[in-house]
Amino acid sequence: MDDSILIETRELVKIFGGLRAVDGVSMTVRTQTLHTIIGPNGAGKTTFFNLLSGNIRPTSGKVFYKGRDITGVPPYRRAHIGIGRSFQITNVFPNLSVLENVRLAAQAVGHDNYKFWADHRRFHKYEERAQAILQQVGLASQTNLPARLLPHGGKRKLELGILLASDPDLLLLDEPTAGMAREEIPMLMEVIRSVRETGKKTIILVEHKMDLVMNVSDRISVMHQGQLLAEGTPLEIAANPTVQKAYLGDLYGDLTEGK
Amino acid sequence: MNETLSTTTHSSARRRLAQWWPYLLILGLLVLFPLLAGATIGDPAAAQDGAGLSSLMQRAESGAAKFWQGMIIQILIFAIFAMSYDLLLGYTGILSFGHAMFFGTGGYAMAILIGRNFNWSFGMALLAVILIALAQSLIFGVLSLRVKGVYLAMVTLAFAEMFYILAEAGDFRKYTGADDGLHGFPVPGWLSATDHRTRFYYLTLIFFVAAFLIIKRLVDSPTGKVMVATRENEHRATMIGFNTFWYKLTAFVAAGVFAALAGALSAMYLVSVTPSMLSLGRTIDVLAMTIIGGMGTLVGPILGASIIQLLGYWLERWFGASWTLVYGILFMLIVIFLPYGIVGTLRARSFQIRDGWKQLQQTLAGK
Repeated sequence: MDDSILIETRELVKIFGGLRAVDGVSMTVRTQTLHTIIGPNGAGKTTFFNLLSGNIRPTSGKVFYKGRDITGVPPYRRAHIGIGRSFQITNVFPNLSVLENVRLAAQAVGHDNYKFWADHRRFHKYEERAQAILQQVGLASQTNLPARLLPHGGKRKLELGILLASDPDLLLLDEPTAGMAREEIPMLMEVIRSVRETGKKTIILVEHKMDLVMNVSDRISVMHQGQLLAEGTPLEIAANPTVQKAYLGDLYGDLTEGK
Repeated sequence: MNETLSTTTHSSARRRLAQWWPYLLILGLLVLFPLLAGATIGDPAAAQDGAGLSSLMQRAESGAAKFWQGMIIQILIFAIFAMSYDLLLGYTGILSFGHAMFFGTGGYAMAILIGRNFNWSFGMALLAVILIALAQSLIFGVLSLRVKGVYLAMVTLAFAEMFYILAEAGDFRKYTGADDGLHGFPVPGWLSATDHRTRFYYLTLIFFVAAFLIIKRLVDSPTGKVMVATRENEHRATMIGFNTFWYKLTAFVAAGVFAALAGALSAMYLVSVTPSMLSLGRTIDVLAMTIIGGMGTLVGPILGASIIQLLGYWLERWFGASWTLVYGILFMLIVIFLPYGIVGTLRARSFQIRDGWKQLQQTLAGK
């Protein structure tokens, strides 16, 4: 087994009714790389993500993580073996404080979850870790605010903070900048970049904003109608005629025709 | 160095006191209540020999003093029941319509085991009540926690109805008394609430304080924090690595055991159990207590139990048979104007209250 491969899918298929949402995707992601998946709406990116994080089971095909078959492993177990994911639609604990949101995620991968006879405040390490993470994602001044009161951009940062708190080896980021104000995006991308550089993490990113991913990605996979259309470095992808036709063409075709 | 250390310990002790003094005050009042009641509303004629404490104790066993101790006993029993429900609904977000199943089974188990068929001692019967509740809540927890929300409410309702029907059935009349229930089973003399009201009062108080401390410790523990996370967003809780089923089951079992203990105490106090202990109405009572007091606050359900018991008593005196109508209107008003219950709304508004208080002080100071 090649040690440099962190996660690998083989002929992954997911069929919803008659729709082949993911149609035979085989992909390998190497450790400590940032691998971006792009593709038009409905290309199957989020379904593919759900298969990686275990939210749904594939119709056929397999997922290997660190050389081990994890196809049937439930999501809560995947968190413990180092796979964490964030969500496109903000998915936090709305009535808990920002700190508690992150503290819980840190506690989740520890070994104190069933200590029901002890006060949770005794376990300082989780709170300290949460404070450090909030510093990192730029929420240190809002630790006591209920998460629901954060502005949208703040919730996106919190989403990332929750993910980082469990210290995963593999981060699955589903459009982390979705709906964020334009001026907040560079800060979040900077966090993602720093996480990758300092924490020796592997990141799989789904993103719509081409300009963002071109700069940060090591590799890009293009999905189209459930299939893997192309894969390569950002430069290769930008130069690929099939990609231009299927993806960039789909997006900008109408505009070009209009001229 | 030493000085700093002692200052910090000192200030943490002070902080702890600042946090706990309302609880300690209420506990103090509850501990002294029989004596205070004996001195004020007890029948002076009841004090036969001597003066001082023993005469006070005798007066506490008489007249209005005895009656109001009984009232508080019932409030405390329902408070234990309501706290257990809060653990389910308020902390873990499990809406069960069958919680009376545990209350009733606890009551019946106690009544049957100390009754003439078995003649068990109180301690043995109590242990059996706990073990039965453990088994019962494990079995029905595993079965019903497979579904969520309204479906869980329906499944738990069905299970509770099953026990209700079982209790009412003529087939087991020898043990359960069928639709009449069991009355006048031999409660040990030293524990009789009729002869030793004050003693039973303190027994209930000990159970209540223990239940409060244990449940509070549980909800403040790492495990309790996961229960709250499950209530807030079960999907995300799973995604960050919690197998939420086990935490829900833990809450379900703990709630079941405390509900059963409340039921057993109720059986001992009233020396009577009836199928209504297992009915949906009993679950609705405890649901109302939890909602009125404030879900997920633990203190709220205690307050809710007190309010409902006292309201029931006074409203019935003032309005006679139509008291439930007035009660219903009051309940609606509370739900509309205090959507998080009394304690919940107070806590949610505590910032505004503090701000308002500050402004008031500033205004009074002429600023």
